[in-house]
This record gives sequence, C-alpha cells and structure tokens, in this order.
Amino acid sequence: MINKIVQSAAESVADVFDGATVMISGFGEAGSPVELIHALVDQGAKDLTIVSNNAGSGHVGLAALIENRQVKKIICSFPRTAISVVFPELYRKGEIELELVPQGTLAERIRAAGAGIPAFYTPTSVNTPLEDGKEERVFNGQKYVLEEAIQADFALVKSYAADKYGNLIYNKTARNFGPVMCMAAKTTIVQVKKVVLVGEINPEHVVTPGIFVNRVVEIVNPADESKLVAENSKYHGIKY
Amino acid sequence: MESNTKTIGWGVPEMAQKVAMDIHDGAYVNLGIGIPEMVADFIPEAREVIYHTENGLLGMGKVAESGFEDPELVNAGKKYVTTIPGATYFHHADSFAMIRGGHIDICVLGAYQVSEEGDLANWSTGNPDDIPAVGGAMDLVAGVKTIYVITKHNTKTGASKVVENCTYPLTGKNVVSRIYTNLAILDVKDKQLRVRELAPGVSFDYLQQNTDAKLNLP
Repeated sequence: MINKIVQSAAESVADVFDGATVMISGFGEAGSPVELIHALVDQGAKDLTIVSNNAGSGHVGLAALIENRQVKKIICSFPRTAISVVFPELYRKGEIELELVPQGTLAERIRAAGAGIPAFYTPTSVNTPLEDGKEERVFNGQKYVLEEAIQADFALVKSYAADKYGNLIYNKTARNFGPVMCMAAKTTIVQVKKVVLVGEINPEHVVTPGIFVNRVVEIVNPADESKLVAENSKYHGIKY
Repeated sequence: MESNTKTIGWGVPEMAQKVAMDIHDGAYVNLGIGIPEMVADFIPEAREVIYHTENGLLGMGKVAESGFEDPELVNAGKKYVTTIPGATYFHHADSFAMIRGGHIDICVLGAYQVSEEGDLANWSTGNPDDIPAVGGAMDLVAGVKTIYVITKHNTKTGASKVVENCTYPLTGKNVVSRIYTNLAILDVKDKQLRVRELAPGVSFDYLQQNTDAKLNLP
C-alpha cells in the first residue's frame, strides 16, 4: 500500500538531521512552504545548508530559520531584497556562508541532480567573477563553464494539490523551483492546500509525478508569507 | 566629468518608447526589473508581443489592479501581475531553458555600465559591504538572442555609464547590441559604438563629451 500522506508538518520533518542539505521551494514568498519551514524551526536541526532562490524576508519562513541560527550556509541567486533583514546582518558579521549562483544555473544544477547528471556545461557566468574556480571548455568556438549538480537530503516544497501517490499540481507562479527540487532530494516533503483522491488529477495535468515525492502534508489554510512579512510577524518556534 | 545631461534629451518614458518601437511583432520578450518594465506600455497595438518572466510565466499581462493581487502570481521583480489568455506556467529549469536555449528574442535590461564592445555590468558595484545578488541577469545575457540596454547616459554625479571598459564586475562580455539612453541610441557593431539616433538638442560633440568611449557615426 502506498500512502505518502503524513498527519502533521512536525511529523514530516522529524528526521531532518544536523548538517543536512535542505532545498526550499519559492521565489520570494510565492511558493515558499512556510508551515514546513516553521516545523523545521520547531524541530531545531542545526548546521543546515539551504538551497533556495532567496534568503528569506522579514522574520518568518526561511528568515526565521536563519534567525534561529540553524543555517550554516545558503546557496541562492538573490539574497538581497528590500525586506530581507536577517540574512544581510549575519552575512556582514561573517556568521553565515553564501554561495551565489546565477538563477538559471541554480535551477539546472538542481534539475541535473534529479536527473542523474553529475555536471553540465553552461555559457552563463563566462567572463564574469562568478566563473572563478570553474573548469572551462570551448564548444563550437564558444566558452562554457562546468557546473556541478546540487543534491539534497531533503526538499521542502509547496504545491496546490496532491493525491496519496504524491502526484502534484501547482498554483500559478508558485510552481517555480518546486518540480526540480522534488526530483533532487533523497526525501521530498510537500505541503499542499488539499489532498485529493487518486484519479482526481487528470494524468495529463500532473506536473510532478509522485515518484519524486515521499511525504505529503495537507495545510488547508497556509499562511500568506507576504502578509506575515508586511505585518512584521516573527516566528521563534514552539520550543524556544 | 561635468554634465547637465538631466535637463536635455529624452525623458524615461520617451526612452522606453524608443525601445518599444524596436520590438517586432511576434517577439518573445523578457523585460528586466525597473525602467525596462515600462517598455511594455509603449508597444504599438498592432504588434503582438509575448512577455516572459523568468519565475515561470509566458504570457504575462499588466500589473494587477489594487484588490486583485494574487500572492502566487508575481513577476521576476516580485510584483503582482496578471496573465493574458493563452498564458502558460512552467518550472524554473524550463523557464531558463527558454532563456539559455535561445528561445527568447529580446531582453531589455538596465545597466551600471556598458562598454563599447557590448560588455554589461548590471549586478554588482563590487562594493564589499553590499550583499551580492545576481538573479537571472547572467543567464539572460548569455542566452537571449538580442540584448537591449536602457539607462540614463550618466550617473547622478555625471560619470558616463557608457565606457571603454567596465570597471564594475561583468554580467556578460560582448552581449549588448543596442543602448538607449536619454541622450542617444547607440549600436554596438564590430566592437565599436555607432550613433544610431541623437536625442533632440543633443549634438554629436556634446554626446562625445559626455561619453567615456569613442563614438562613431553609423
């Protein structure tokens, strides 16, 4: 019997271990799995390497995880936003590591891991400071750099609906990094607005096939992160 | 360099209009954050242009009206937007396959500096106190067929943003084909700058005086 539905966010992240690499979906607030991240704040795993497009806004979601000092390093494309306060402060103090990756390279490094491709060549970042230390090769007269896949121990992803097999559909631009992150982690944990019956999602419409998903948690009324940020909410976790 | 370039030449909407006139019917276009976004307002109605936003949407419509914002429908600048009929959503790796794979026709970007050989610097000033952030800029210049830059010709302190060699960290080398400023439109051709159009009241000599790179006639 396959049933990937778990009963709570807390249960779904219980085995995240110290030092784990964790992917977190979202482009800014859109698609960010706030409830799963807050469950990870409660759970308390430390020295995490986080892979996400941004570095959190305000004091909730990813920013709360960073503020709770659980993150050793972040791999992202755009850690600077007008409402990003936690990451910049720790970064300037040298208390968090940053690996800056062009956005398309980040997406492809994640996709590659999920597809069993250890590395690939891309023209992105050639002749810029971000090519430093990367192997270079010329194809058809054009320079490319070698980029390695990013594999994760866990992925925390938000999608719209799932069935018990873990087949997923998303909502609008909240899809962003979700599908590739689902593929790239050993354990993929997805929060959905609704769990539907098997067969309810038209097979032609499934975006992430359930084979890439391990756990599904239903969060019927997920917090709107942009609203939490606008209200200057803070999340310190239930154990702290 | 001394200059009073703010008071003469084109205003920003006129610059955006100049860019819009060079976007052909049927083009797939990615507009950078800020001034480039304004270009969409000036596309002639007879032209059908499809907008791509790298966070996973082709067929982006106008900015969402107040009261109709959807936090899960945003553009690359994280602004609430809308879709046109026929729009499509996709994940980030597909979105950047469109970019890197050469499927997007035109990208319009802002600049800190742009060189006479078409090098672009628009992601970092190199200031160690700044938080480095690159987003999709390097992928866009590496993959989109035609890169247009829209920028003020000079900084607030009068320094030329059009230069012989960029001193800021590069986004890409030999990537820009045309530069639209408040003073002129410049083509990058054979690693030289050629003046395509001068703004009203701007002479070639005046433009050259306010530009830290050699200008050539078309």
